[in-house]
Amino acid sequence: MSYIPHTDSEAEAMLAEIGAGSIEELFEAVPASHRFPGLNLPPPMSEMEVAAEMLAISEANDHGQDFAMFRGAGAYHHFIPSAVNHILLRGEFYTAYTPYQPEISQGTLQATYEYQSMMCALTGMDAANASHYDGATSLAEAVTVALEVARHRRRKVIFSHAIHPQYREVARTYHQGRDIRIIGDRGRGEIVDLLEMLDDNTAMLAVQYPNFFGQIDELATVAEAAHAAGALFVVVANPMALSLFKSPGELGADIVVGEAQPMGVPLGFGGPYLGYFAIRQNYVRRIAGRIIGETLDADGKRAFVMTLRPREQDIKRERASSNICTNQGLMALAASVYMALMGKNGLRRVGELNYHKAHYAAERIHRLDGFSVDTSKPFFNEFVVACPRPVAEINAALLEEGIIGGYDLGQHYYHLDSHMLVCATETNGKDEIDRLVEVLGGLG
Amino acid sequence: MGEWKTPAGLKYSESDEWFAVDGDLVTIGITDYAQDQLNDIVYVEFRDSGDAIDAGESFGEVESVKAAAELYTVVAGEIAEVNSALEDEPEMVNADPFGAGWMVKIRAADLAGLDGLMEAAAYDAYCDSR
Amino acid sequence: MASAELQPLIYDIGAAGRSGVNLPEPDVPLSPLPTDLMRADLPLPEVGEVQVVRHFVKLSKLNYSIDEGLYPLGSCTMKYNPKVNEDAARLPGFAQLHPLTDEDGCQGALFLMHELQRWLGEISGFEAVSLTPAAGAQGEFAGILMIRRYHIDRGEGQRDFILVPNSAHGTNPATVTMAGMEVRELPADSQGNVDMHALHAACEGELRDRIAGMMITVPSTLGLFESTILEVIDTVQDAGGMMYMDGANMNALMGVVKPGELGFDVMHYNLHKTFSTPHGGGGPGSGAVGVNAKLAPYLPGPIVAIVEEEADDSPPLYGFVMPQKSIGRMKAFHGNFGMHLRAYAYIRVYGDSGIRDVTRYAVLNANYLRAKLMRTYPVPYPRYCGHEFVLEGHIDGADEVHALDISKRLMDYGFHPPTNYFPLIVPEALLIEPTETEVKEDLDAFVEAMESIADEARTEPETLLTAPHTAPVRRLDEVRAARELVLCCAPAMPAH
Repeated sequence: MSYIPHTDSEAEAMLAEIGAGSIEELFEAVPASHRFPGLNLPPPMSEMEVAAEMLAISEANDHGQDFAMFRGAGAYHHFIPSAVNHILLRGEFYTAYTPYQPEISQGTLQATYEYQSMMCALTGMDAANASHYDGATSLAEAVTVALEVARHRRRKVIFSHAIHPQYREVARTYHQGRDIRIIGDRGRGEIVDLLEMLDDNTAMLAVQYPNFFGQIDELATVAEAAHAAGALFVVVANPMALSLFKSPGELGADIVVGEAQPMGVPLGFGGPYLGYFAIRQNYVRRIAGRIIGETLDADGKRAFVMTLRPREQDIKRERASSNICTNQGLMALAASVYMALMGKNGLRRVGELNYHKAHYAAERIHRLDGFSVDTSKPFFNEFVVACPRPVAEINAALLEEGIIGGYDLGQHYYHLDSHMLVCATETNGKDEIDRLVEVLGGLG
Repeated sequence: MGEWKTPAGLKYSESDEWFAVDGDLVTIGITDYAQDQLNDIVYVEFRDSGDAIDAGESFGEVESVKAAAELYTVVAGEIAEVNSALEDEPEMVNADPFGAGWMVKIRAADLAGLDGLMEAAAYDAYCDSR
Repeated sequence: MASAELQPLIYDIGAAGRSGVNLPEPDVPLSPLPTDLMRADLPLPEVGEVQVVRHFVKLSKLNYSIDEGLYPLGSCTMKYNPKVNEDAARLPGFAQLHPLTDEDGCQGALFLMHELQRWLGEISGFEAVSLTPAAGAQGEFAGILMIRRYHIDRGEGQRDFILVPNSAHGTNPATVTMAGMEVRELPADSQGNVDMHALHAACEGELRDRIAGMMITVPSTLGLFESTILEVIDTVQDAGGMMYMDGANMNALMGVVKPGELGFDVMHYNLHKTFSTPHGGGGPGSGAVGVNAKLAPYLPGPIVAIVEEEADDSPPLYGFVMPQKSIGRMKAFHGNFGMHLRAYAYIRVYGDSGIRDVTRYAVLNANYLRAKLMRTYPVPYPRYCGHEFVLEGHIDGADEVHALDISKRLMDYGFHPPTNYFPLIVPEALLIEPTETEVKEDLDAFVEAMESIADEARTEPETLLTAPHTAPVRRLDEVRAARELVLCCAPAMPAH
């Protein structure tokens, strides 16, 4: 019976111990009229058959091993050193529960503490939690924190339209039951245009860095303006870009959130990913979710434990600011191993490779007839291409040539019809980029 | 009778705050019983001095390792002073709940809420019954 | 694990200039870097690959895990995580599939999600399922938001109270608050059921027109199937409320009863409990939600639907759709797909004839442990339990010993402790859930350990009070952790 080890004689001995005549008798409290319904499911399969079926299903997908990938838009195809996966596959990590019993969970606890520390290093913040579900929910939770910091006396939240459209949708889902307004992202202006909206009713202003279009905006003056209005400044940042660019902390952010999938987590059709959340010391008690702190054991040895526990739902119940319980622990471990392997020197080099590949691709595409690249601002590994035809048409042609093209921006931004968001990472060889340029050239 | 102190002359609430009245200035803290129940207090947070506050409203929060409790006033008025020393030394609430562990002083606009509070003996009996 | 040694921090090993990865030289012309926008320093560790691997392998040895032994953590369903599922998740067609792939290019993944939606609906008796919520708590949030919108659409937006039994998981009341609604807590009766007097009073009293619904765990967090469940459902629905089932304990229901047929309007599943996807040291989870026809238009999206029916020579075309009145997206993209595919493989293995056995043997194991342990420990509710049961961690003649001490001592015997101090309504609660994947020998060994600990409690209580003795660390100073708040060991940043 698959993963059930009982023999018939064992089951009988156990029933005798219980004093029940059959297993079915144990369900007597279930209303008889509804007990033991039929199930319209497929028949059972052996492990061998299941493995074959999973392979067949997986092969019905166009994936990054068979195709040259130039799509990003919030999910990125990066190189992941083999050691990351080998550590993740240790049953001691992936088959453990939340470290509620710290004496026998020091592995998870220390690895998470190291993850928190490295996220602080990247973002320039003082504390990071053990993770949220993804970048979008970490932004939604940042809104909650900003409202709490303002003790719910400020009810306005300003978003830049250049934050990932799905992140903004998720934040609205989260806060639909609250008496607050999320504004600023209906327009298509620059961040400076948002500053006019700041007032003493504003709890926070959020921007993305690099923004959804891959560009680096000037943030220091935005931070100053937000602070002058008494609002928090929240930055949604791609941690991979922070390998090169100034940390949001250095630029004045109060909270830095985002998607850490680029740090060692595969594309995986959108999840599980890794929402990170980092914050300045003065707001640390507002952070939601689990957070690991250092302490000593009864013998005076250094050890780690979940701390600030009374904020959480299991203790504070209806007074908790978030209901989060399960997080993305294993993905935080992946990021921890990835960042440790890359380290100070390797991550910088990965960042540079991304930068150079994307700039090479942008420059070549810009020279093609009918195409132009928006170079009005510095960018990291993504850039916007104005195309001479609908993006769907271009992507269909690219797919024929084994290339997954850029993201169709017209799906979310009405003024960007026929604009494509192209991503190049360290995984894209020059030959792939040249092939992309060649195919695009034929469509001009 | 439990092993906690309940000084006479103070007023006590069912949510375990004590109230000391000096003219229209009311000092509030939590009782010895409450600090004992909470165990080691690791954090306190109060509303700002100058804030207006209504009877029945929360003026702050106290946390131990495994519990969090809201703090309530029965008098309305303005928060005149908060004990900011507790931010660095929350353990003073455990060590001296009726002295150095005081929490806020409210300049009361209306003292009527005090009428519903218990005297020391009644509060002791109330704690014994829990 | 017992011999494992504590490790230095990753920041305290390595040497300047060392790196754990070998990267290619750029094969494209270099572009000038925008030096004025760049950071001066990147304070990450400098460690070689061998050191990194050893560091994390040694850390792993400080953990207890399902792969090592019995993990009877009540309400958490720590069952074996099949290895074949891990292999499947790493197939390039899944692992390297971009979430924004055009629908033609991800028909395999969409087919899998569509099948899983249907199977989960079939197992629970619901009309429609959304796989997008990332964890149980997010499924709860989606469910309560759907209930809220349903009432608003019917012109009954004043319904803002959700009833929650006092035995509920903390996520239930926290969820209600997140949705901008109010909690009304209900007490339990002496049998551990919802107190029907209190329920009727709430539903028929002054709140009647403000009841939005009720959240209830079935079986309850005490491991008991509420014998009055049909009356509870009727009472709330008669008052105009919707019934939310917390599906954390679905391992006690599969093939035994379908919550949708009992009358529930909405529930969430924990794929990381019932359907064997690993807990990962705290996550990821997956909290799919199932609903009846009334709530189907409100599901969080996107969900997978057939957008072009099957034709003679071509299979159906699957696509993502947003339900008509959707509460919106719960997260970016479309849920924790890696968990969906593992749950798919798991259900496929058991199939129509086997999925009920999961529940049958989970409940057999729990009742067996209960029958044996009730000779030594008080069991507050003397009837058959579901997949888990609660003991009182109280030993006659050893009053100074608490449930926590029993738990810590179990570590020395090589077991993970049960859930402590939950549910809150049982003093010194020890909530025990063995799951169906545990063999009788290991259950017997656990019982022996619990009996031996009870003896020790009377003869040498100090051994329990100072336990664990063989774990990598002793009990921790949690007060120090909370007061000093050392949360980060990275080198100091430039001044803000």
